[in-house]
Amino acid sequence: MASNILEIQNLHKRFGAVEVLKGIDCVMKQGDVVCVIGSSGSGKTTMLRCINMLEDFSDGTIRIDDQDIGYEIRNGVRRRKSEKEIARQRALTGMAFQQFNLFPHMTATENIMLGLVKVKNMHRDQAHAIAEKWLDRVGLLERRDYYPGQLSGGQQQRVAIARAIAMSPKLMLFDEVTSALDPELVNEVLLVIKDLAREGMTMLLVTHEMRFAFEVSSRVIFMNQGRIGEEGDPREMFLNPKTERLAEFLKSSTFN
Amino acid sequence: MDFTLTQILHQLWIARMPIVQGLGVTMAAAALAIVVGSVLGVGVGLALTYGTRTLRWLTRAYTDFIRGTPVLVLVLASYYILGAAGVQLSPFQAGVLALAVFCSSHVGEIVRGALQAIPIGQIEAAKAIGLTFPQTFRYVLLPLAIRQVLPTWVNTAAEMVKASTLLSIIGVGDLLLASQEVISRTFMSLPFYFFAGFLYFTVNFAIEHFGRYVERKTQIPS
Amino acid sequence: MDYVLNFSVVWRSFDHLLGGLGLSLLLALGSILIGIVIGLVVSFALVSTSGIARRLAGLYVTVTRNTPLLVLVLFVYFALPDLGIRLGDIESFVATLAIYSGGYLAEVFRAGLLSVPKGLSEAGQAIGLKKMQIRLSIMMPIMFRNVLPALGSTVISLFKDTSLAAAIAVPELTFQARKINVESFRVVETWIVASLLYVCTCAVLAMIFRRVERHLAIPR
Repeated sequence: MASNILEIQNLHKRFGAVEVLKGIDCVMKQGDVVCVIGSSGSGKTTMLRCINMLEDFSDGTIRIDDQDIGYEIRNGVRRRKSEKEIARQRALTGMAFQQFNLFPHMTATENIMLGLVKVKNMHRDQAHAIAEKWLDRVGLLERRDYYPGQLSGGQQQRVAIARAIAMSPKLMLFDEVTSALDPELVNEVLLVIKDLAREGMTMLLVTHEMRFAFEVSSRVIFMNQGRIGEEGDPREMFLNPKTERLAEFLKSSTFN
Repeated sequence: MDFTLTQILHQLWIARMPIVQGLGVTMAAAALAIVVGSVLGVGVGLALTYGTRTLRWLTRAYTDFIRGTPVLVLVLASYYILGAAGVQLSPFQAGVLALAVFCSSHVGEIVRGALQAIPIGQIEAAKAIGLTFPQTFRYVLLPLAIRQVLPTWVNTAAEMVKASTLLSIIGVGDLLLASQEVISRTFMSLPFYFFAGFLYFTVNFAIEHFGRYVERKTQIPS
Repeated sequence: MDYVLNFSVVWRSFDHLLGGLGLSLLLALGSILIGIVIGLVVSFALVSTSGIARRLAGLYVTVTRNTPLLVLVLFVYFALPDLGIRLGDIESFVATLAIYSGGYLAEVFRAGLLSVPKGLSEAGQAIGLKKMQIRLSIMMPIMFRNVLPALGSTVISLFKDTSLAAAIAVPELTFQARKINVESFRVVETWIVASLLYVCTCAVLAMIFRRVERHLAIPR
């Protein structure tokens, strides 16, 4: 019996008095590629960030590979797990950010090796080999000793993706990874992601790239004001939107 | 009073040991104050950036109080209060303590500025790959912060060398006091005050240039 | 250690401390005003087109920034008489601190001058203003607003430096505090009070500068 990679049940998040996530449910199996779309403020990035506890969440459960993320119920009381435990759980996921967030004082190889050596306690030689393997996969092996400042945006993002994947996460999270890129650099990143999808990586992407979502995802989630507005097959949803909000959203976004 | 250059050089040669020793005391005092002060200062900077509200408030009060007080007052206070409290500290130790406290408040501000200047995305990326906060600090924040603080910190180091002259006022045998002792013996005020000034200038000038060298060497290629 | 805090001794001599503080402020005022004039002149020299002016000004700034103030104070008071320049203790200190502050203020003003867009002085030339007029009417008002933060912190720093006058027996605040300390043995109280007087004065100065900054801010 294959368990679900990701199970989100009734996820709520409040920022002070404002409720940003109003009860999200989501299930992902191994190999699912799910794109989350929606206008800004819909809560899609917040949901993503709750999964690896970059944001706390106020209610509900998130389970990755059958483990409760972030919180546990002890004696009927909901308690936040220890920082150590949360850090350990974060290694179950990998995240690529809109701003890449590569460590500027480390080369591409060192950026990838850091997690492998310090979190997975790998031997440096083994970590080095894995780092080079993934740099090769994203097409940047000859830039392995370059510093982020010496790389273009697209190259940095590819290294950032390699950094996340090298940790062998169960689930890859992509937070609008092409939004900060010059248009001509977007494609090289999308190609890498498509490649990973083809290999069966389980991925959850927040994206504005509608065409990409259409081509790659097994499922699309449309979020609207903290709730899931529509969910389903990309072809169905994009060509025959059931709700008016989604229809409006699709009209206002570039889908070509 | 007219002294010939030969007379001056002669006296300088006679006094070479006390002056060199004085210079040694100056360097030792400055070095100790810088090291202890910087270590304390990093703690202060950490408290100001990542501490709880109470800790931040207390640390703010500490730095505001120290930075609002002239160094000389800190040195005199340290000297007299520790003496009266029966704490067996030599004038050198009392003076260095005061300088270290002064240094810590400046370094604390510098460190706070540098840590807050690090984009929050760096911490998030570190979290995302599973690093704990101590690991994040050691492998990401600290290296980045150090590069940021280096120029200003070198400045602070030079300030400590200058501040070390105040120790002569509480009787510590530094370069200035040694020079004053030579002057009281030979009455050659002009040459020896000038010489002392020149030595201090040279040391600080060297520190400034060393700092720029280190800055160039640690720059991240881009 | 038996030590009961007793502020009454210090309180009785409080007027001495206040008198000392007043003298500290006067010393600061005198030195800073002269220092500002020196600093302005030197700052223009630092950005001037004449290589000699730049180098001389640069030398002045380097020397004053790398030499300890105490050495300068003692030099001017004790060593200059050898050259026939004999100044009273207060004059000597004010002259020294003025020369010392000139170096720091020159750097502050230089940064301010560089922050004035070059086009403005060219516009001044284009309408026929002479160099000095350009400097006074165009560059200085803008530079002044830009340097206020750095100027404020430098002024506060220089105020604290007046404590060094105690080394040549000028009866300012630190000197008075030391006197009370030595005479009364009330070590902790004396220095806490002296320190608080400095801290509060610095805080007031900081507030004044912030007020001036807000007042002069050009509406956006």
